[in-house]
Amino acid sequence: MISLQINRVYFSYFNGLVLHNISLSIRAGEMISLLGPNGSGKTTLIKLISGILKPKQGEIRLDGSNLNRLDRKSIARSLAVVPQQFYIPYAFTVGEIVMLGRIPFLRAFTNESETDRQSVYDAMELVGISELKERRFDELSGGERQKVMLATALAQEPRLLLLDEPTVHLDITNQVEIMELVKRLHVEQGLTIVAAMHDLNLAALYFDRMVLLKEGKVLADGTPAQVLTEDTIRDAFSASVRVGPHPITGTPHIIVIPGSNNRPPV
Amino acid sequence: MPSKWRHGNRLVLILLLLGIFFVFSLFLASAFGAVSISLPSIFKMTLSKLAFLNSPASWTSTDETIIFQIRLPRVIGSAFVGAALATAGALFQGLLRNPMADPYIIGTSAGAALGATVAMMLPISLNFLGFGLLPIAAFLGALATVIMVYRIARVGDKTPIVNMLLAGFVVSSLLGAIMAFLMSMSGRIGLNLQSVYSYLMGNISVTSWQQIAVIAPLVIGGIIGAQFFAFHLNAFSLGEEGAAHLGINVEHDKMLILALGSMLTAAAVSISGLIGFVGLVVPHAVRLSLGPDHRVLLPASALAGGAFVVMADLLARTLLAPAEIPVGVITAIIGAPFFIYLLRRTKREYAFV
Repeated sequence: MISLQINRVYFSYFNGLVLHNISLSIRAGEMISLLGPNGSGKTTLIKLISGILKPKQGEIRLDGSNLNRLDRKSIARSLAVVPQQFYIPYAFTVGEIVMLGRIPFLRAFTNESETDRQSVYDAMELVGISELKERRFDELSGGERQKVMLATALAQEPRLLLLDEPTVHLDITNQVEIMELVKRLHVEQGLTIVAAMHDLNLAALYFDRMVLLKEGKVLADGTPAQVLTEDTIRDAFSASVRVGPHPITGTPHIIVIPGSNNRPPV
Repeated sequence: MPSKWRHGNRLVLILLLLGIFFVFSLFLASAFGAVSISLPSIFKMTLSKLAFLNSPASWTSTDETIIFQIRLPRVIGSAFVGAALATAGALFQGLLRNPMADPYIIGTSAGAALGATVAMMLPISLNFLGFGLLPIAAFLGALATVIMVYRIARVGDKTPIVNMLLAGFVVSSLLGAIMAFLMSMSGRIGLNLQSVYSYLMGNISVTSWQQIAVIAPLVIGGIIGAQFFAFHLNAFSLGEEGAAHLGINVEHDKMLILALGSMLTAAAVSISGLIGFVGLVVPHAVRLSLGPDHRVLLPASALAGGAFVVMADLLARTLLAPAEIPVGVITAIIGAPFFIYLLRRTKREYAFV
């Protein structure tokens, strides 16, 4: 378990501020989703937390240590990332890909130890892809690939798992399957989870805490019931929606109204 | 626990077999030439030279001179060229995540060719550690070009791959244009076009052990250094961000891998001219038959590349003896059909998207 402290973080690419004074405190064992329209800074925030990007101002602390001062290898031993897009140019098998997750623990000129093999085996069992081990990655379906990337991240034995829109491009069966899997990892393994989510309704079903971003600022932070209101959604997405209870779980469920887009003209 | 994870044993076996094939190719290439010398004779000569055997010489001293002073330097030189190019190709294909990458993709070939051409024009002859001006100019030309490409591609503290590829292409085109200009003016500036073509098509030009002694540490050091990055290159298969997520220091590694690959390429082109196909095809052939894991791919490419160029050079100097065919012609003529065969046969084809 690992805690994350984001203190007054600013970030910009070459032009324009992407994140503006973000402060978030994430306790060990929490499961949080980052929501917001395209370009609101979800992916950028994930990249800052994983140390791929460095804040222009402010700091991010991982279990109390400033992320900037940690080397990549020790970061990789604490947190793992399931990226949004991935393309693997050469014909690796699933087993070989998941074994890549052990790289932070390997030394040059050595082979994998029994511990590494056990860890890969466990990760594949946990995600339910053991029977795909000898299959080639590029022959798999989108849902299977997403599971392989999840298993690779788990082979890193992280305490914090970052997911960047894990259900995008998946059909509804796979969306639910991936989210059930993530939830199980959270409950059974005690993983701290931070996921950027584009599907508000799916997020409402699986996350206890949500952070809604708009133009690089935190607009709302709280339970689904607190964050997913008609007002906040109109504010963040410039869309008129109705929010009612999900017929089975009772969590907030958003219903989009056709012809209601009142985004200001560009 | 599944037992199929046994990677180590398979690796050792494959490398052992390739190693035996590699050594065999060295002996075979030493046996043939203007004078044929039997393989058993060469074995005995080598063993007695290495002081393993102390039997009366059953060969003539002329044979011994031919083997040890003329053929073996050239055969070993070919092996170094092939091993260096194949390793550099594997490094660049892995780092750039581009199946079209070869050791020349970031401008080394254009730089070396221009360096060699300028050396041919200069009325200077020198001897530095057994090398004339041409190989030295080619070596420096290759390295200077890569440094230029790297600096052009750099944005802030990063060197994006796409920039590298584009800068490599543009700089190569520019140097190629200068080459073309010099060649078109060959009459006026006293440039021997025959020599330029000979360099461009590739010819192993190793004539002494002294040259081998200079090239050996570069090539052997480069190949061992490459092995150090095997895991890192596997991580790069997931892209630069993916590699960073796995604890890789991306920009630092990228610079070192580019430097290693460029040094290997520069060492090779300085003694062989531009032998095409080896650096592109050998890593692909190895990847298609043994898989993409760089721990196997890098050493296997070095051995296979070495054996390939040794055999190609053997054909180059014996097929139409006493005339020599450029070795680059042989590598392409053998390499292309073999590669097509692998591409069609294997189950581990490529995913190009």
